[in-house]
Amino acid sequence: MTNMDAPSTSNGTSTSAQDAAAQKQPVRRAPLGIDTINKRVIKSEYAVRGEIVQLAQKIAKEVESGQHNHPFDKVVWCNIGNPQILGQKPITYFRQVLALCECPQLLSHPNIRELFPEDVIARAQLLTKQIPGGLGAYSESAGALIIRQLVAASITKRDGYPADPDNIYMTDGASPAVHYMMDLLLREPTDAMMVPIPQYPLYSATLTLYGGTLAPYLLDEGAGWGLDVEHLRLQLAKARREGLCVRAMVVINPGNPTGQCLSYQNMRDVLTFCRDEQLVLIADEVYQANIYVGNKEFFSFKKVACAMGLEDQVPLVSLHSISKGFIGECGRRGGYMEVTGFPEPVKDQILKLASINLCPNLSGQICCALMMNPPQPGEASYELYRKEKSDILGSLKRRAELLVGALNRLEGVSCNAAEGALYAFPRVTLPEAAVAAAKKLGKQPDWLYCKELLEATGIVVVPGSGFGQADGTFHFRTTFLPSEEDIGRVVEALSAFHAAFLKRHGGLTTAAVAASAAAANGTHAGQ
Amino acid sequence: MRKEATRLVSALLRAGNNGVSTSWAVGGTRLKSAMPQPDEKKDEDLHAKEGKVLHPHLLNENVVKTQYAVRGELYLRAEQLRKEGKEIIFTNVGNPHALGAKPLTFTRQVLALCAAPFLLDHPKVEDMFPADAIARAKKILASFKGGVGAYTDSRGNPLVREEVARFIEKRDGVPSNPDHIFLTDGASVAVRLCLNAMIRHDRDSVLVPIPQYPLYSASIRLYGGTLVGYFLDERRGWGLSVEELQRALQEAREEGKLVRGLVFINPGNPTGQCLSKENLQELIKFAYQEKIVLMADEVYQENVYQDERPFVSAKKVMWEMGEPYRSHVELLSFHTVSKGTAGECGLRGGYVEMTNIHPGAIEEVYKCASINLSPNTMGQIALSVLVNPPKPGDPSYDQYTKEKASELVSLRRRAHMVTDGFNALDGVTCNFTEGAMYSFPQIKLPAKALEAAKAAGKAGDVFYCLKLLEATGISTVPGSGFGQEEGTFHLRTTILPREEVMTHFVEKFDKFHKDFMKQYS
Repeated sequence: MTNMDAPSTSNGTSTSAQDAAAQKQPVRRAPLGIDTINKRVIKSEYAVRGEIVQLAQKIAKEVESGQHNHPFDKVVWCNIGNPQILGQKPITYFRQVLALCECPQLLSHPNIRELFPEDVIARAQLLTKQIPGGLGAYSESAGALIIRQLVAASITKRDGYPADPDNIYMTDGASPAVHYMMDLLLREPTDAMMVPIPQYPLYSATLTLYGGTLAPYLLDEGAGWGLDVEHLRLQLAKARREGLCVRAMVVINPGNPTGQCLSYQNMRDVLTFCRDEQLVLIADEVYQANIYVGNKEFFSFKKVACAMGLEDQVPLVSLHSISKGFIGECGRRGGYMEVTGFPEPVKDQILKLASINLCPNLSGQICCALMMNPPQPGEASYELYRKEKSDILGSLKRRAELLVGALNRLEGVSCNAAEGALYAFPRVTLPEAAVAAAKKLGKQPDWLYCKELLEATGIVVVPGSGFGQADGTFHFRTTFLPSEEDIGRVVEALSAFHAAFLKRHGGLTTAAVAASAAAANGTHAGQ
Repeated sequence: MRKEATRLVSALLRAGNNGVSTSWAVGGTRLKSAMPQPDEKKDEDLHAKEGKVLHPHLLNENVVKTQYAVRGELYLRAEQLRKEGKEIIFTNVGNPHALGAKPLTFTRQVLALCAAPFLLDHPKVEDMFPADAIARAKKILASFKGGVGAYTDSRGNPLVREEVARFIEKRDGVPSNPDHIFLTDGASVAVRLCLNAMIRHDRDSVLVPIPQYPLYSASIRLYGGTLVGYFLDERRGWGLSVEELQRALQEAREEGKLVRGLVFINPGNPTGQCLSKENLQELIKFAYQEKIVLMADEVYQENVYQDERPFVSAKKVMWEMGEPYRSHVELLSFHTVSKGTAGECGLRGGYVEMTNIHPGAIEEVYKCASINLSPNTMGQIALSVLVNPPKPGDPSYDQYTKEKASELVSLRRRAHMVTDGFNALDGVTCNFTEGAMYSFPQIKLPAKALEAAKAAGKAGDVFYCLKLLEATGISTVPGSGFGQEEGTFHLRTTILPREEVMTHFVEKFDKFHKDFMKQYS
């Protein structure tokens, strides 16, 4: 038979020639060539760390070396919600407890009380005692029992409905939870998930990687990125007509990149929809602590489902992470998912998947338990914790307002308020000449804008096309994480660049601005 | 209305659909969809069963079919017994700290200072930490931009990758490129990243030793590929022969399989054998001739308990063989902080080095790594200490060296104690644990025991291990989880119980085995 397996030498010479060639280092077709690896890997796109970011890394290297011609002396990473790299300080209490858990011999040091407050020592003693083998031992694959108990207790407190430690799976950040659900639910290419557009590209990337299909629903930019359940029904019906088997729906609340917070009523409608249509609901709730407007409040889908009595009828996965909020411990890789309404045999499958990687890292697990159980009034660390928390959240709110306000003052730019999360997602009307120039390069127009922004100012943002956007509209995502000292300069540089960009590409016509606004506002027209 | 018709979601996302459905654009049909659509008949069989979307019959088949023995039936039973208050000796996983091994002091001092950098400014810091731990923490913090709380590059921090490369160069005398080194949350993640890229469909196959570490069988199954087993020869100390590899390869090819990779574990897990240089040379020639990617699981490189065959890396052997091997054989080498004398399992740190891998393929692995953002920072720092330990003259050098050496010597003694204990039992034969952390004895089960196992619906070795667990609290893994020759029965236990309790451990085992044999003879 033909040996398709032996990736033969590419020149297809005879055996004796091959032998001779072997001595002369022939051109070999490698088993791991770019053309012979898994296509789903190649097709998977992850814009948050995509082409613009790679270019930015190259530029950053040049800037650091001091040998460069860039018109700036610093690259500003607004592409990713990575607060501490932009100077946000970690919460002291978390780091104190972690340090003692990392190095438990400190607990028996005579000077320990001069360095650490009483409640920190007590918490570290509890954790080191209750985690079998400490930080250096594999825990249960779902996470150490004491950690899951602490997390479950705090969810119970948050929602007013009980949480079961056996429904909690600790994860290395929230991303692995998404991988688990994709792996579990996707069987063939016609299996689909409903994902908001714009979306966080983790969802599109993993859908591709695991061989499923993305069934989109559009958030309505004209209505503050609102989620319209009537639209969901239409999109679901459409997906089904196309032969897709829709398995689950993803909701990101507060939204990424769009920053909107769902209302209680809206969440009820989504849950009813999922019950009626038999969909698993994947609730990405990693930004639950990042809400900046007084009239909005975070509710967990778990709470709303329990209040409606739907907790057994709608299989629900709720994701949380230590990477966001006011904590920003991205590097630690800590998070959890809580599943409700999952049959036991299915939970066994999740546990098996988790067990193949043995266990989530213990340092991240501990940090997650601390996030969910912070110091309480009366404890030694409470005042400092409260102050650090409110300083960071207050500052994020100021920065969000400053950035969104400035964006809305730019010609042809409009930006919904960032009610929550860490991002602004402005819509930018681009001159026709810029659109044409991008087309010539075979690129998206928003990519061109972001690339020129990077080259002119060192500011790294992500093109809207990486998140998905209504056709005829262009966006970019920027975090508002640069520090208060820096954000003013970022806004100035961005404004100056924008004006220059418009000028360089022939300026905006009134018609272009109107068309862009119409394209955005028409998202849910007729409803 | 015209704008309605043009409302399509950006092409970029559509491309993500693998060409299956090119028509999930949102806006195009929205005008039409305002009309009532006839209810589509749902495919109940595919979508939901017994009212459940999440029905076990409706999950990804690759997930359901995956088996992972290290945390399988035996482990779950052990966890249950523990919850009921029974004392369990967890020798099912190579998890040293869980059995009382102490972390290396210097590593943890550096970790603590990196976690709480404000300690560095405390006037008392020098009373509590040695100067080299302080200096190392400062150096690491300077290179981790944003400290340990920020995402790093998805391949890991550049300084640590550089340190890993220098470590490899020093170990092997061979150049190493930090850009070809990816840091991961333990070696398992690295193995899975590579397998995911290699496996395209179910004909794609990977040669895996039998017995094997079930990470390989589980991950290959999960990614929808096929495992092709090659047997290690128990009678020759679990030797690896190229004739057996040839046999496995030829049979696989005759069945139309595309063999893409070859896994070998050196020192072996669960089998403990250390490969000779000559053996590695044969492997490398085989990989070259047959154009197969070598996957070298070298996580136990520090754990060697004999002096005839010290650890030698596949990379070093390949380099010394010269051309054409040196610059053609595609090699993936894995290492971790979980094993060795550090045993830092819970921190999750590891790496893969990719030698002679196509740059385009490395880029793709980079992208996949980026979907999980970055490996955890504490694991990266523990790896930094592992590959760049205190130097002679540093304040921590003596203690660090002593802690490592005494653990290694103790492990060597324990390897002997366990092997000797097994070989003293009737009906048990056991190769010496030359390396790694496991003993993998063969148990000759009496016919009556096999009948009883059959009646209980269990494989013979599962039956034996469950009885052992119930009687003694010793949690092991049945050989069937690793693969074994038809008709033979094994179990895997770690050699990790502390020396103080090892005699007791061996005695417990001895008593159980005798009782078991008596009961079923």
